[in-house]
Amino acid sequence: MQQFPCPFCGLRNEQEFHFAGEAGKIRPDTTRKVSAADWADYLYTQKNTMGEVREVWMHSPCAEIFILRRDSVSMAVLGVEQLRKNKP
Amino acid sequence: MTYSAFSLLREALRNHTGWKPAWRSPKPRAEYDVIIIGGGGHGLATAYYLAKNHNVGRIAVLEKGWLGGGNTGRNTTVIRSNYFYPESVALYELSMKLYEGLSRDLNYNVMFSQRGMLILAHSQPEMEIAARTVNAMRLNGVDADLLGPEDVRKRAPVLNFRDDARYPIHGAVFQGRAGTGRHDAVAWGYARGADQRGVDIIQNCEVLDVIVEGGVCKGVETSKGTIRAGRIGAAVAGHSSALAQMAGVSLPIQSYALQAFVSEPLKPVIDTVAFSPSAGTYFSQSDKGGLVIGGGLDRVPSYGQRGNLPMQEAVLSGLIEMAPAVAKVKLLRHWAGIVDVTPDSSPVIGPSGVDGLFLNCGWGTGGFKAIPAGGYLFAHLLATGTHHAISRPFDLDRFRSGYLVDEGAASGIAH
Amino acid sequence: MSGFRIAKGGLINREQTLDFTFDGRKYQGVKGDTLASALLANGVRIVGRSFKYHRPRGVWGVWFDDPNAIFDLTLKDVSLPNCPATTTHLVEGMSARAVNAYPSAQFDIKGVFDRFHRFMPAGFYYKTFKWPHWHLFEPVIRKMAGLGHLGSEIIEGYQSEQHNIRCDLLVIGGGPAGLAGAQAAAQAGQSVILVDDHPEFGGGLYRRSKDIEGVKPAQWVARQCRAIEAAGGRLMPATTAFGVYDHNMVALAQDKGFGLAPTLWRVRAKRILMATGATDRPVTFANNDRPGVMSLDGALEYLARYGVLVGRKIAVLSNNSFVEPAAEILRRAGGEVRVLDATQGQAKALGNKVLHGVEMNGQRFDCDTLLASSGLTPVVHLWRHAGGKLDWDENLAAFIPGKAPDNMRAAGAANGTFDLDNALSEARAKAIGAPVPKQKSTYRITPLWPKPDAKARQWIDFQHDVTLKDIELAARENYASVEHLKRYTTLGMASDQGKTSNMTGLAAMAALQGRSIPEVGTTTFRPPFVPVPIGLYGGARRGQLFNPLKRLVLEDRHRAAGAALGEYGGWLRPGWYGARDITREVLRARNAAGILDASPLGKIEVMGPDAASFVNFIYYNTISTLKTGCIRYGFMLTEGGIVYDDGVIARLADNHFVISCSSSHVESVTAALESWRQDGNDPDRIFIHDCTQNWPTVTVTGPKAREIMAQLDLSIDLADFPHMTWRETRFKQAAARVARVSFTGDTSYEISVPVDKVHALWDAVILAGKPLGAGPIGVEALSVLRAEKGYIIVGKDTDGEVMPHDLGFAIPRAKKTAAFVGDRGLHTDNANREDRRQLVGLRVPDGAVALATGAHLVEKSASGLHSIGVVTSSYNSPSIGQPIALALVEKGTERMGETLTIWHMDQQNTATVVSPVFLDPKGARLNAG
Repeated sequence: MQQFPCPFCGLRNEQEFHFAGEAGKIRPDTTRKVSAADWADYLYTQKNTMGEVREVWMHSPCAEIFILRRDSVSMAVLGVEQLRKNKP
Repeated sequence: MTYSAFSLLREALRNHTGWKPAWRSPKPRAEYDVIIIGGGGHGLATAYYLAKNHNVGRIAVLEKGWLGGGNTGRNTTVIRSNYFYPESVALYELSMKLYEGLSRDLNYNVMFSQRGMLILAHSQPEMEIAARTVNAMRLNGVDADLLGPEDVRKRAPVLNFRDDARYPIHGAVFQGRAGTGRHDAVAWGYARGADQRGVDIIQNCEVLDVIVEGGVCKGVETSKGTIRAGRIGAAVAGHSSALAQMAGVSLPIQSYALQAFVSEPLKPVIDTVAFSPSAGTYFSQSDKGGLVIGGGLDRVPSYGQRGNLPMQEAVLSGLIEMAPAVAKVKLLRHWAGIVDVTPDSSPVIGPSGVDGLFLNCGWGTGGFKAIPAGGYLFAHLLATGTHHAISRPFDLDRFRSGYLVDEGAASGIAH
Repeated sequence: MSGFRIAKGGLINREQTLDFTFDGRKYQGVKGDTLASALLANGVRIVGRSFKYHRPRGVWGVWFDDPNAIFDLTLKDVSLPNCPATTTHLVEGMSARAVNAYPSAQFDIKGVFDRFHRFMPAGFYYKTFKWPHWHLFEPVIRKMAGLGHLGSEIIEGYQSEQHNIRCDLLVIGGGPAGLAGAQAAAQAGQSVILVDDHPEFGGGLYRRSKDIEGVKPAQWVARQCRAIEAAGGRLMPATTAFGVYDHNMVALAQDKGFGLAPTLWRVRAKRILMATGATDRPVTFANNDRPGVMSLDGALEYLARYGVLVGRKIAVLSNNSFVEPAAEILRRAGGEVRVLDATQGQAKALGNKVLHGVEMNGQRFDCDTLLASSGLTPVVHLWRHAGGKLDWDENLAAFIPGKAPDNMRAAGAANGTFDLDNALSEARAKAIGAPVPKQKSTYRITPLWPKPDAKARQWIDFQHDVTLKDIELAARENYASVEHLKRYTTLGMASDQGKTSNMTGLAAMAALQGRSIPEVGTTTFRPPFVPVPIGLYGGARRGQLFNPLKRLVLEDRHRAAGAALGEYGGWLRPGWYGARDITREVLRARNAAGILDASPLGKIEVMGPDAASFVNFIYYNTISTLKTGCIRYGFMLTEGGIVYDDGVIARLADNHFVISCSSSHVESVTAALESWRQDGNDPDRIFIHDCTQNWPTVTVTGPKAREIMAQLDLSIDLADFPHMTWRETRFKQAAARVARVSFTGDTSYEISVPVDKVHALWDAVILAGKPLGAGPIGVEALSVLRAEKGYIIVGKDTDGEVMPHDLGFAIPRAKKTAAFVGDRGLHTDNANREDRRQLVGLRVPDGAVALATGAHLVEKSASGLHSIGVVTSSYNSPSIGQPIALALVEKGTERMGETLTIWHMDQQNTATVVSPVFLDPKGARLNAG
């Protein structure tokens, strides 16, 4: 059972978290023409790195969405980043 | 040498000293016509069918560890073709039919045992979906029955028919031709068959890089040196993203650990495979007597080939809910494999986007049942450079065209 | 001395005798015995049969290191399969039966299989049983395989407790090293937990004849335990650490006694000290599986803990320096002991069924017991679970812990530190992170590994009948990787998971291939360390507590009204009231009014300066033009363009919306909204709050709905309350929200009030409705009512392929200019396809019965029939007076009026494609009043 640090609640068990995809994906501006390849890339393509990954996670009880850096092989947690610009 | 009751008898009389290696351990050549990366079921089956059905010259299978050591040797051995879409049925029925003749084709008993599979329905709406599925299967030419609760009880009395069941059994989708096989034997049988047809199976040979020259894939750097090839096929399951990355390609794949469990051996408890989508658990009983148990993916994407407690608790409490009497059975061992999950949970067979490099991946949690078809179709692709009609819908281009083959979306059958 | 029990000594209570049976015969043991020690005390030699050849098996080990004595146990109403006799504590009245033997372990009719062993070498089944078909052989093989019998009875109350604890240091293993380490750490101020799988602490200390640190072993153990507890440490005896998982989580199984589920403890330890000891390796020699051949270590433990001297005439066959002191202990207990140096020749066990002697270098020695040890193997399973590496130690001829996992250390015999004094100082140092003093080992061993090419059969895996010849065969056939060896021969896959067999097996493979042992390597160590019941993992998650349902505030009212409660979308809701008569409830709603508990309907508030643009982005439909006080129906899509949810959204104020999603989607829609809010928007300008459970809802629907509303204390001007609008008002001095929306096609009002007012509201509505012929309706009636009007249920009438333009909602796809979730997904090749399945209605010919939901619509093609769609909903419609159905059909809207073939379970019928709106297509009823 892993533990992840929610930026809002602190260290919590993995069952409380929900994986929301790799970090760094930017939604194409769909008010302009977006090619099928670009859209597929945004929707489906993953780096799926062996080793250090940056991912978006949600801590379900408090609904905080944040970026988790971790190692996908050793399961070591390497750090968290808050998404919001204005820290509360 | 041919395996038979007679050869067994003959060898028994001379202390089994005459058996030959099931496969050689050759040194890799500097160049092959076709290289297959990954010595699991799909890779070995591909090599076998390439050598048997196509004339492509020299073939090698490169395996970073021991053959059959990835998901082929870690899965829960279910073989079925209870699918909704014609595209899926064509693929998995091809596999089922090849499995049905595989022990004789390979002269190796893979113990494909067609004792049937139950997908339980726990409510009236689930029975309606079950009917939809059974109708689709029958229309697609696959055997299927819609069972009521009494029929289910006859087939699997160990299931939960108590009044206080959280998921009462209303019925089930039953495929009688589904069942289980001996997973290691599938890898070994294909390896032996491929080796006999001249394929070099090179174990402990890790691919470190993919050689791309002028946009064309020309070979691989390995822990045993450079090996060049005319065509390269990758069948490396959970490690597909890492391999594609070497050729500069990103895939629509996320790798997860999938856990599995086996109990201590028991005298026969259940004949069929039983799956409860609501409980999130399925199980069967091996010929040795162990209950073989599986469930869903871990919550956390990973490459860690080890078990994790929260998912174990989820899967095993689901098993207890499905079959309360097994709570007192002891668990012998649990483990995990790394599965490559695509957005529609259907596989990818096709060109990678880099010339000369082809992919067989994305089987997710269901690769074992597809080994013969995966190998057969991938061999066709590698030999001809073009799709077999059955593999065409599973090309990577479906993610651009939107023609996903999303079984979960259609029928509620999890993969 | 009665039988093999010596007069005194051990941790047993000789005064308290316990009667039990084994294979039908009566025996007596004493309090403190295990089943194995009690049987040995009674002189029982044959306790089981091997898996394949049904060879007689005796007790080999003493604790988790025994693959042979496996019993089905019954005590009163409780029967448990496959219980290891060595770790099962004897209980008065127990009845034991050896598994895999009939009629008994002593006389097993399948014992004859051994004569045909030549025909059943490793993997023989891969080479045969192919003709005529595997299916002919398999049923027989299945019956012969397996060990214990699983009784079909369910043990009531067999439910594990589960606890979470944390500590600074978890010490695993309560032998001398563990006790010393735990004491040192506790006294240094750390929070310490010490676990041991035995009911008593002390580990291998009791067999020691000498004092330890000036006192007798038992006194020393007691002193350590007192000191640990006095310093705040926690002692957990009878508790097995069976797995180490990610982030330093250790799983413990705490024994609660026979027939009870063990307790699961999840321990989060900052650091772990592994002091799990070492076990004896068997010696590989001819007929080494004969009952009477035992582990030397085991024999010493039987003597020390249970007062059982396992034999009278004992041969000891070994290769290491611990033998002489051991032999001396056995002699002092009354055994006639002869020590044989296993490195000086090939031994052969004599005796047909049980051991009668041993032959070595042409000499014969009569004995009833042969104690074997080819060296100690540190118990490193947990180390490997945690990702620690192993090093091969030539001097110890063993794998010992190498590179450590983070936060884990090993001490004592588990670390290859076999000398007691060294183990104590090592454990004390490691427990507090101090440097370990350099130490000298007195342990001497001459490596002794299986020697291939021997004539007689030599067992490597006792339970699975893997012999040296099988390993030779595997090598010959190139199943050379240690994992192939395991899987091909089944070496190490027995109940003990290789604890007694793996080392010798891989050493044999190394010898056969001329490789070193570390080159061959070990197989993967997998949890659980010992078999644990599946029930251990279940805890309270069973029955109604497995994925528990959400409950309605008004459940008491529904029960009182005779509701049939069932699961609908994760909620326990009334399906209908009284005897099942859905028609009656449908007609009640159509003719008067239906009163429905609609509380599960989603109510998610979206507020803030950017709320309007946010919901416009979330919804497929344009929401920005929605006026305050108004309601709009719309879809939420996935980014792939698939309809994920449908429902209404109300605008309460310029920057305040309430999203009403499907009851089963509340959590996932909220999460999706949060995801878009925080990842892509400024979270300080949008706020999302799921208020579903704060606002229970009562819906009144039907031609009399307005009359009922008029009688409620709601202060609403019903004359000025059109369809698809919203009012905020008061009910009984509390806030109330009333929405005029309809899921039935009739005038409907959804009244939401705070939780503490909903009983009053329900009662008032029922009271007002009764004289008008109105009454409660359940979910089943609602399903019919909505289908009559062609309203879909997402997930029933749609699946993971349906896009809004398939449902007749094509305008936003074509016209909406602002970005929205799923917009690009609506324009893929697949989305633009001409032959998409579209929602239609179906009518059956006059007099025909309703179609089956799940039936397919089919067309003939060259290859036979193929599916062009499915029936998603089908009912006998009380309002229409005939069956109706909704379906998804390829090019459905182009087929209006066509008669299509319906296919269900090989039966064919026909139906005509019609509009999905069967009732009131102009909406007169909807807008009435």
